[in-house]
Amino acid sequence: MSQTVADPAGAPVSLEQRFQDWIDAERKIEPRDWMPDAYRRTLIRQISQHAHSEIIGMQPEGNWITRAPSLRRKVALIAKVQDEAGHGLYLYSAAETLGASRDDMVADLLTGKAKYSSIFNYATPTWADIGAIGWLVDGAAICNQVPLCRTSYGPYARAMVRVCKEESFHQRQGYEIMMVLAQGTPEQKQMAQDALNRWWFPSLLMFGPPDDQSPNSAQSMKWKIKRHSNDELRQRFVDMTVPQAEFLGLTIPDPDLKWNDERGHYDFGDLPWEEFYAVLKGHGPCNRQRMAFRNKTFSDGAWVREAAAAYAGKQKARQAAAVQAA
Amino acid sequence: MSKVNWPLWEVFVRGKAGLSHKHVGSVHAADAEMAIANARDLYTRRSEGVSLWVVPASAIVASDPADKDSLFEPADDKVYRHPTFYDIPDEVGHM
Ligand SMILES: [Fe+2]
Ligand SMILES: [Fe+2]
Ligand SMILES: [Fe+2]
Repeated sequence: MSQTVADPAGAPVSLEQRFQDWIDAERKIEPRDWMPDAYRRTLIRQISQHAHSEIIGMQPEGNWITRAPSLRRKVALIAKVQDEAGHGLYLYSAAETLGASRDDMVADLLTGKAKYSSIFNYATPTWADIGAIGWLVDGAAICNQVPLCRTSYGPYARAMVRVCKEESFHQRQGYEIMMVLAQGTPEQKQMAQDALNRWWFPSLLMFGPPDDQSPNSAQSMKWKIKRHSNDELRQRFVDMTVPQAEFLGLTIPDPDLKWNDERGHYDFGDLPWEEFYAVLKGHGPCNRQRMAFRNKTFSDGAWVREAAAAYAGKQKARQAAAVQAA
Repeated sequence: MSKVNWPLWEVFVRGKAGLSHKHVGSVHAADAEMAIANARDLYTRRSEGVSLWVVPASAIVASDPADKDSLFEPADDKVYRHPTFYDIPDEVGHM
């Protein structure tokens, strides 16, 4: 692949080199610009996985819409779940600018060929889980996503700007739920503590494997798709979240968690990586349920898609006939 | 799996009266009416707009990035098209 172009001084330079120089200068790549195949493939994989996560991510919370404890909580939860659908669609739209087909991406999710974030394979048995998800899961997502607003691929960066604007509401409504429970009856406070106990480690796992076991990270950093390492973002999340838990009067379920004056960060204990890889392989508490539900919803909606397409076809034919008659 | 290839529509939103429509992304829809409905649900959930355009993505004609230099470079050396090219004494005041 030694396609070359001329640099400003007239010397030959490879397309790869010119691409990298462009990125090093903090400039953006747009859909029809030349890009290495691997850059395109990496982005399609990352963006579509992100989209699938948003779509599957509606399920654990959707579970509580009909049982939200008040109308105020219910409208907020409906709006949040609708936003997650929107995030999925912004992202599919961005992936399509790279030549990915929407139908293929949807098919890959439904057949299980494509991955989505493991966090959505955990159950939401109590109302406090809705608080914990907003506070911790959306909080971790924000840590991951804010740097993506500056990612090198223009349409992805722009989609992430929209997503990030909406995520802040998600986290605040979750924290408010936790606050009310933590200041409530002893049983309510215990419910909040129990949710924190169950969601803490899975939230830390959301940042992905440790840096020394994350083989594709270096290339993604070089292409400025990714801007911070997994461990860096995880640390940032811990540092932000510990004081928030203290404010609630809840205890983070990690005996090794403590402030390290020297590092200026919180130290924390070993993470349950066996669990991470088990859930990733499909053995989490709800993997099967999530996939079955997504597939059922998709087939239940088939007649709507077919009817709309048939109606559009008929209208088009009618218009064409009218034009011919005139 | 049933595939119904609803076409792709590019979406443009006018933020408020006085601004032009701006590209925000795309939606799939069976027809134009549904494209407007989908664009409204997806891109204006928080009063981001007062008007929508949807355009079949296949109808957009774009310049080729490979032609970037021949199309846009000729403008780079035409400094005389900019006001700063002209020397006007300070005494004249703001112009
Ligand atoms: Fe989201
Ligand atoms: Fe997200
Ligand atoms: Fe969210």
